[in-house]
Amino acid sequence: MIRFIAVRILRAAITILAVVTFAFVVLRMSGDPAQVMLGPDTPQESVDAFRRAWGLDQPLWIQYLAYIKSIFTGDFGVSMRDKASALDLVLQRVPATLQLTVPALFLKLMIGIPAGVYAALHRQSFTDRGVILLAVFGFTIPSFVMGLLLVLIFAVILGILPSGGQDTWMHGILPTLTMSIGGIGILARFSRSAMIEVMGQPYIRTASAKGLKWRDVVWSHALPNAAVPIVTIVGFMVGSLIAGAVVVESIFSWPGIGRLLVVSVSNRDLAVVQCILLIIAAAMVVSNLVVDLLYGWLDPRLRSAASH
Amino acid sequence: MGAASSNLVELRDLKVAFDGVQVLHGINLDVRRGEALGLVGESGCGKSVTWLAALGLLPGKASVTGSVRLQGHEISGGTRESFERVRGGRIAMIFQDPSSSLNPVLRIGRQITEALAIHRGLKGEAGKAEALRLLDMVGIPDPRRRFDLYPHEFSGGQCQRLMIAMALAGEPDLLVADEPTTALDATIQAQILDLLIQLRAETGMATVFISHDLGAVSQVCERVCVMYAGRIVEEGTTAQLFSEPRHPYTRGLFDAIPRIDGPRQRLIPIPGTVPNPKHLPEGCAFSPRCSRAVEACRSERPPLLSLSDGRQLACTRPVPAEERAGTKSKVAEEMLQ
Amino acid sequence: MTALIEASDLVRIYQIRRGLFGRPHPVRAVDEISLAVNPGETLGIVGESGSGKSTLGRMLLGIDTAQGGEVRFEGKPMPPLRTPEWRALRAKMQLIYQDPLAALDRRLTIAAQVGEPLEIHKIIPKQHQAARVAELMAAVGLRPDQAGHYPHELSGGQRQRAVIARALAARPKLLVCDEPVSALDVSIQAQVVNMLRDLQAENGIAMVFISHDLKVVRNIADRVAVMYLGRIVEEASSDVIFQSPQHPYTKALVSSVPVPGKRLEGRVILQGEPPNPASRPPGCAFHPRCPLARDICRAVVPELRQIGDGRTAACHVVTGETAAIAA
Repeated sequence: MIRFIAVRILRAAITILAVVTFAFVVLRMSGDPAQVMLGPDTPQESVDAFRRAWGLDQPLWIQYLAYIKSIFTGDFGVSMRDKASALDLVLQRVPATLQLTVPALFLKLMIGIPAGVYAALHRQSFTDRGVILLAVFGFTIPSFVMGLLLVLIFAVILGILPSGGQDTWMHGILPTLTMSIGGIGILARFSRSAMIEVMGQPYIRTASAKGLKWRDVVWSHALPNAAVPIVTIVGFMVGSLIAGAVVVESIFSWPGIGRLLVVSVSNRDLAVVQCILLIIAAAMVVSNLVVDLLYGWLDPRLRSAASH
Repeated sequence: MGAASSNLVELRDLKVAFDGVQVLHGINLDVRRGEALGLVGESGCGKSVTWLAALGLLPGKASVTGSVRLQGHEISGGTRESFERVRGGRIAMIFQDPSSSLNPVLRIGRQITEALAIHRGLKGEAGKAEALRLLDMVGIPDPRRRFDLYPHEFSGGQCQRLMIAMALAGEPDLLVADEPTTALDATIQAQILDLLIQLRAETGMATVFISHDLGAVSQVCERVCVMYAGRIVEEGTTAQLFSEPRHPYTRGLFDAIPRIDGPRQRLIPIPGTVPNPKHLPEGCAFSPRCSRAVEACRSERPPLLSLSDGRQLACTRPVPAEERAGTKSKVAEEMLQ
Repeated sequence: MTALIEASDLVRIYQIRRGLFGRPHPVRAVDEISLAVNPGETLGIVGESGSGKSTLGRMLLGIDTAQGGEVRFEGKPMPPLRTPEWRALRAKMQLIYQDPLAALDRRLTIAAQVGEPLEIHKIIPKQHQAARVAELMAAVGLRPDQAGHYPHELSGGQRQRAVIARALAARPKLLVCDEPVSALDVSIQAQVVNMLRDLQAENGIAMVFISHDLKVVRNIADRVAVMYLGRIVEEASSDVIFQSPQHPYTKALVSSVPVPGKRLEGRVILQGEPPNPASRPPGCAFHPRCPLARDICRAVVPELRQIGDGRTAACHVVTGETAAIAA
């Protein structure tokens, strides 16, 4: 057990390190941060001074090692733009993002899973076909198209919902909706196929043959088995609670982490970008680990001897 | 067939079709109280479908017509609820491949007490006590410790015992065992057959034993039905059928089975293969493979008729008496001992 | 006559990990097995789950590497897996197993698959291959029009025939069959068993026939070895071993076969479960279920010893060794 978790944690750490390294290198090689930050007309000495001040004139590997060392002491760097601690800046924005992603996750679970399960239980019916159609529609349309479409309908044509900013709770409706539609589609599809697979298993026939009421067959026998694959997908969705709103936040000018990420990348605000990526990677990795452990709890076959 | 009132289950003209393809062509079958009936045939003959249809366990797109009477009451064509009342409590069914027929994420104790709660209203401690008694009855060692285990922690043979325990929970009048020993090892097969015989003696419940293994059927059953291509082709007591099979298909089946005793001989197979239900031959479905077929067999389907010795036979050119008696006299001798 | 294939003291150990968090521990699937098959002869291997018979079959072909002991084919040691010499040996030894659908590639036609060994081993020139394929298909009873069919268009019995045709393409000297007819209906089993016997007689092929179905093994094998938990417990000719089994396990096995017409009384019904190779009992592995078990059985593993003409058995009671440990 200890070995299992230790190995997973080690792998998690390596993944996070890889992400951070990647970001580190790419950011510095894709254009001079100093130039971008200061603008094209700045005299060369100012640019050079800037670079010295931020340590950008050092060789890449020295900068990298210095950064890694500072992470271990909890110092995630300073924003070049705001001169504030990168970590503080980022954490300030987390609540805003969560205000979108958490309700969106809630909608995905509450609508997506029941829709998929219902479709599976009523195969080839009108509802089944409708669910599949809507689901495909939901996850194939890119979120920015969906977002703009919703803005067009509700903000421009109907004028009942605002199109940007974070002023009232009503401002959160369209972005949350935009975010959840794709996930609802994915969950509906996965829940449907997981349920169909389970319903075709011999033990469901046994449960029926025992004289169990149909609803008990579905609730007590089918759903617990269908839960295993569904949990994987949900696990990933939980992992992207922090990261998943980049496009949506940009469209709706929602002041969350995603928006901060976009702005910081275009400004080459290195410390902030690296900090965000590190947090996102950590969130993903942790959710994967939790899903792995959850499997063992949901499926007893994985828990004990399977040696025959 | 006996007086209607002594029959536990009566199937009349039971027909099943999947997507327009007829797989059962009108089955007439009686099961008397407490009797052990064998249903044999090869794959696709419809022996499992018959009972799945009778219990309403076929998927919705199957079309089932005909009459299924349980102690005089018609149960076919009923609602889902009416089937649920019959399943488990009046007619129980166990299946092939017991390891996949148990829910892998539920503890076995729970899977048994579930049945007890529905059919006998036993819950909590009373339910658990009865479940332990059932586990003991089917030969699971140390039931108390095993009550909370999961199915994958049991072997194939033990899973089949668990299935039987679950089936007995409802105190059914009839147990339908669909190829219960096929997926099991030889020595375990013997144990399960032994168990079924013993349980039947203890509880007096009727048994329908579906199998392609004629030997196993002869151990458990008093009466045997042979099915081919969705119809019954011969029916009689075990002694009658095994000592002198009359239908060429039945005879062919016996000839094709290798013997463990006696000399090594070339096997006598039945030529050809089982027909596709979509393209059944004209006339008798077995005629293309039958060494005794004549022109009439290929144009007219022989009906299932009762014979003077109490059997039923659907054949106009059955195997003659001398031929039957010759090779099977050894079997008849053993049976008459 | 020198044996075509000979196994000496074969051992195969698997590492099994129990569950997500368990430590791996070794399981002896095959425990010092020695046997020999002569050209043209059929050796039947019977056993239940956990006996190791399938593993043994694969080891005889060199698919599973022996961790102890060796296999000699035509007097030469088995080359290591996937070396060119091993691949070349495939032309001389073939495997047929239970699920013909899994053994056939569903994207290739029957003719293409039957002819594949001819191409791989470059046995005959391309222009003659089609004729040989037709010949093979006819030999196994497939119709010429089925050459262009795909596996899913054939019945179970027909697929198994196609597998056999393919196995015979390279004119092998040895055929290892692992439950080849278990998934087939009785009437088709009989067809395939007869066919295997005929092909064997015509081509002088040796066969190792692994099955749990004693009736079929009785019919097709010349000699039979009974396996229990990785060891051979009895070996004798097919006539003798089923007529008068000596080892208590063999007796129980033979007795468990339901014979149409024979009643239950007088049969030996074995208690307990087929053993788990991961938890091997000490001494004779069969002793927990054996009606004849004595003290020596619980402590000492019995060796396979001669008990008659061409018969061996591994049982302290049968070979009269029960007194040894008391002394």
